[in-house]
Amino acid sequence: MATDTLSNHQDHAHEHDHHDTAGTKIFGFWVYLMSDLVIFGSLFATYAVLLGGTAGGPTGADIFELDLILISTFMLLVSSFTYGMAVLAMNADQVDKVKKWLAITFLLGAGFIGIEIYEFQHLIHLGYGPDRSAFLSAFFTLVGTHGLHVFFGLVWIIVMLIQLQKKGLTDMTRPRIMCLSLFWHFLDIVWICVFSFVYLMGVL
Amino acid sequence: MSGHASHEEHSHGSVKSYVIGLILSLVLTIIPFGIVMTDAMGTSATVIIIVATAVAQLLVQLVLFMHMNTKADEGWNFMSFVFTVSILVLVIGGSVWIMFNLHQNMMIG
Repeated sequence: MATDTLSNHQDHAHEHDHHDTAGTKIFGFWVYLMSDLVIFGSLFATYAVLLGGTAGGPTGADIFELDLILISTFMLLVSSFTYGMAVLAMNADQVDKVKKWLAITFLLGAGFIGIEIYEFQHLIHLGYGPDRSAFLSAFFTLVGTHGLHVFFGLVWIIVMLIQLQKKGLTDMTRPRIMCLSLFWHFLDIVWICVFSFVYLMGVL
Repeated sequence: MSGHASHEEHSHGSVKSYVIGLILSLVLTIIPFGIVMTDAMGTSATVIIIVATAVAQLLVQLVLFMHMNTKADEGWNFMSFVFTVSILVLVIGGSVWIMFNLHQNMMIG
């Protein structure tokens, strides 16, 4: 009885300790995301200030193609949902399902990046690159920084797929999937601000 | 054990909460895009709707997808978020305010 209680207690202490380590990792990552949010905030402020500085070049209304942006927005929103499904599969210990949902998330994210690269190269081809005006410099910096984050998110998804293949769902891989989940939803949050304040308000 | 299970559900959501989140975010995207692309309303009404749907959409993402609440990690998650938002208000609001005044007073452009 006494040993039983003791081992039970130790189990509990271990579980608590383990939870704290993972919890600390995820909280630390949350704090990183908050600092990243400040970076995006300053890029949004820069964009707002330079919005009128078109130097005789095009304004947002001249160059934004809303139907393309709507498609890429849907891709990112749905990918947020599919990542959520991956987290639910992880909680249910179904490693194959986690991999499947991560792969779908990757494809949607890659589609988003593909549309953004097309948009950028199309604008540069027309002569409306970041060197054309202050407005375009701010636009490329803001949207490009978000795109770069999505790109690194895609790299991270590939790394997680490899780690899941090699290690499976362990105490090491689970917190990483949770951090990537926060990262991916965070990119969605930034994108909501981008399409609302840059694209939609830009064409008004 | 049941307490643990409900905690789990609370912190990582369920299929239902993710589906609700997806539907809400799609609807909150279609509304502003639809209004802007069809020119259905005047400029000021459109701006108000864009801002309102964006804020609603941000809340959907934060609560239903990122599971932010005031209790996780003794509220430190939420506190750091509130701190960041106040920094953002200062940086963005302050920049726009100052530069707008500067622009007006120097009569450039």
